[in-house]
Amino acid sequence: MYSYLLPEFTVKRLEDRCIRCRVCERQCANQVHEYDGELDRLFTTEEACVGCQRCVVLCPTNALHVQPRTADYRPNCSWTRDKLQNLKKQAETGGVVLTGSGNDRPYRIYWDHLVLNASQVTNPSIDPLREPMELKTFLGKKPDTLQVTYDNDGLPRLESGLHPNVPISTPLVFSAMSLGAISYPAYKSLATAAREFGTLFNTGEGGLPAHMREEFGVSAIVQCASGRFGVDPEYLNSARIIEIKIGQGAKPGIGGHLPGEKVSADIARTRMIPQGTDALSPAPQHDIYSIEDLSMLIYALKETTNYEKPVSVKIAAVHNVAAIASGIVRAGADIVAIDGIRGGTGAAPLATRDNVGIPMELALAAVDKRLRDEGIRHKCSILAAGGIRCSTDAIKAIALGADAVYIGTAALVAMGCTLCHKCYTGKCNWGICTQNPYLTKRLNPEIATRKLVNLLKSWSHEIQELLGGMGINAIESLRGNRDHLRGVGLEAWELDVLGVKGAGE
Amino acid sequence: MLVQKYFPSERMVPEKDMDACGLFGVMNISGRRFGGEMAINAIKNMKVRGSGLGGGFAIYGLYPEYKDYYALHIMFQNQNLRAKHEVEAFLKEHFYVVYDEEIPTNPEINVFFPPIVWRYFVAPQKKSEDQTVTDDEYVVNKVMYLNTCVEDAYVFSSGKDVGVFKGVGFPEEIADYFMLDKLYQGYIWTVHSRFPTNTPGWWGGAHPFNILDWTVVHNGEISSYGTNRRYLEMFNYYCTLHTDTEVLAYAVDLLLRRQKLPIELVARIFAPPMWETIERMDKDQRELYTALRMTYAPLLMNGPFTVIIAHHNEMVGLTDRIRLRPITAGAKGDLVFLSSEEASIRAVCPDLELAWTPPGGEPVVVRLHSRDHLLSLNKSI
Repeated sequence: MYSYLLPEFTVKRLEDRCIRCRVCERQCANQVHEYDGELDRLFTTEEACVGCQRCVVLCPTNALHVQPRTADYRPNCSWTRDKLQNLKKQAETGGVVLTGSGNDRPYRIYWDHLVLNASQVTNPSIDPLREPMELKTFLGKKPDTLQVTYDNDGLPRLESGLHPNVPISTPLVFSAMSLGAISYPAYKSLATAAREFGTLFNTGEGGLPAHMREEFGVSAIVQCASGRFGVDPEYLNSARIIEIKIGQGAKPGIGGHLPGEKVSADIARTRMIPQGTDALSPAPQHDIYSIEDLSMLIYALKETTNYEKPVSVKIAAVHNVAAIASGIVRAGADIVAIDGIRGGTGAAPLATRDNVGIPMELALAAVDKRLRDEGIRHKCSILAAGGIRCSTDAIKAIALGADAVYIGTAALVAMGCTLCHKCYTGKCNWGICTQNPYLTKRLNPEIATRKLVNLLKSWSHEIQELLGGMGINAIESLRGNRDHLRGVGLEAWELDVLGVKGAGE
Repeated sequence: MLVQKYFPSERMVPEKDMDACGLFGVMNISGRRFGGEMAINAIKNMKVRGSGLGGGFAIYGLYPEYKDYYALHIMFQNQNLRAKHEVEAFLKEHFYVVYDEEIPTNPEINVFFPPIVWRYFVAPQKKSEDQTVTDDEYVVNKVMYLNTCVEDAYVFSSGKDVGVFKGVGFPEEIADYFMLDKLYQGYIWTVHSRFPTNTPGWWGGAHPFNILDWTVVHNGEISSYGTNRRYLEMFNYYCTLHTDTEVLAYAVDLLLRRQKLPIELVARIFAPPMWETIERMDKDQRELYTALRMTYAPLLMNGPFTVIIAHHNEMVGLTDRIRLRPITAGAKGDLVFLSSEEASIRAVCPDLELAWTPPGGEPVVVRLHSRDHLLSLNKSI
């Protein structure tokens, strides 16, 4: 506990409602609530509260209210509460201020400034309740053309060979969240939901436990990151897609951080590291110092998997992302994943998370345009990640040029996460971002799976409704179709980068 | 290949035209040439499908005496003679012009701001650096240059033994203006009547659209226009007219002429079967159709359309995958008809032997000396 630091939250207990059941005390891993038997009273240590709302939700009499404590220091637009608190923390420890989850700074969210089109008169809208509305998407490299021959019966036959492509039933894919960063029940729920719905989950850089490979490999994107945790030929061959993780939207320029406290026996085995050691991935991949090195790793992975699996390269959206993406495609990648400034993480330095990278919307538009200018857009699929909050964010990303989107934070919220940003402490009261067995058993994988499947289902339905409204009955006809977007409240340069007309233009 | 028009941003690309239309096509499958009476009367019968803002005809077997030369029909807007001089200097530099003349018109017919329309019969005059380019590719390049880089000049058509006549007006007025029924014969006639909903119409914007001997007449509003246009740009097709029809015409050129795919499969690219249907096919066909949809996903023409595509020896009718715009086929003897409405076929051929409505995505392929068009009859609705 820091000295002279004001609490971030106020915990209010309505004494006349409290029945001293002590649920709050048991549920709080931060030890905010403490029961005094002699006085028959619950006391609170507000300084420890992270505002995760677990106790509030579980209190049977609604006796608890946890609210941000904002109006305490003298208001100051420059020296805000956050800035003061961080200075005090640094003064006390000399360390780097850590945080978890995604960027919460008020950078412009372009999704909220883009509106969608609908058909009126000159072409009919299509009713998804009565007509087919297709969301099937293929991830991988597409050829320029196909060769077809006719057999003796006069039937056409495919002559050309194809690059490996992976079909997904909806353009929504769970993004990389490693076992270690998240709990086994959370990880397993993502895998089960992806398999059930016919889409994919991403193992992150923490490997895929051997016992899960046979059942869930068919729905897995496995990562090969700079720490190479858990990477061996069997791991690579068990998966559907292999992803080389170069960067992450929440912390461009640095590697993954898994504190030793979270490295339990199972995680140590999967990651192939000693139990209890910090798993700190190097900032770069030490065998990739240039684009030709990347190409060598791409082809090494393809060789290992007999050219049967698409290879994805995930990068953080940074200033010259378009040129980098073009290099990645030319280096032989089948998929480019772009993670924007609002992408989440289990642990990152606050300075990096909040200040490095660019919004995904702009990055995506720039990448899509660059690849088209160079005539190579079809040679890869684009996966957009970082701050996709709802189905309309997803559909707008597809209209800007993405093939599919990665959803991470949204999936965590579906399982119970309340975005308290304390993932790095390993004390997640919701059992998602912790390895403490007392906490992880709170997350029932069957219930969490249902919630995730429902999330995919409801977003898919909403995407179908919106597509039908635009008079489109297959998702591929919206891909890169910026005619169906208009900007509201954006400046000319922003519209230019997005390649979208202003509303009324 | 073609000439890119530079836009600093995608958002500067002009809005596309929208229109609804009437279509008609007739072909004699034994190749016998006939006059324009049927085409003109049929489209007149569908007057309500047009608004007098665009009409046009494509005729195959038009210039048998010049059938070895590319016939360029070029219009010059705003009576711009400077454009004509510029075009002619360009033609002289890049082609051998064997004959040229003004296309005769009837001065008694009143039409909206008629341009000067001239025809040139030409053969490529290739420089050494062009020797590796095929004649067709060479002509396409030059036509695109004229269309994008010479103000007020626009090439109506550029094929051999084929010509397009079009303009602002009802199609029967355009026919009268160019005296089509009196002067010309052909073995395929396609015709279009236009009902634009957001532009006043200009002579170049009328259908049919043409590249070499390929012509397209089209009715519909393609909701996937942005996706289609941006994919075609990767293959160096730059849409200068900003109509749905233009993307269809370029997609036809890319798939049929450059990639040499059979029309039956190109129809499945424009209007593919549902995934559900593909999953029920046998293994080989499933593989083929999955590959087609996956590879050519950006060329799925989504939204309502009917199109009649023609080139020498072939006329093809197709409607979108869920048949949001109608097409009807008819046949009598050697004559095969395609039309937006059955009534207009019956109006010009009262003793029709067959009339059928193909389902969405099922092409009617009318071929010279063949009965392939009857393949769609079995699947008709």
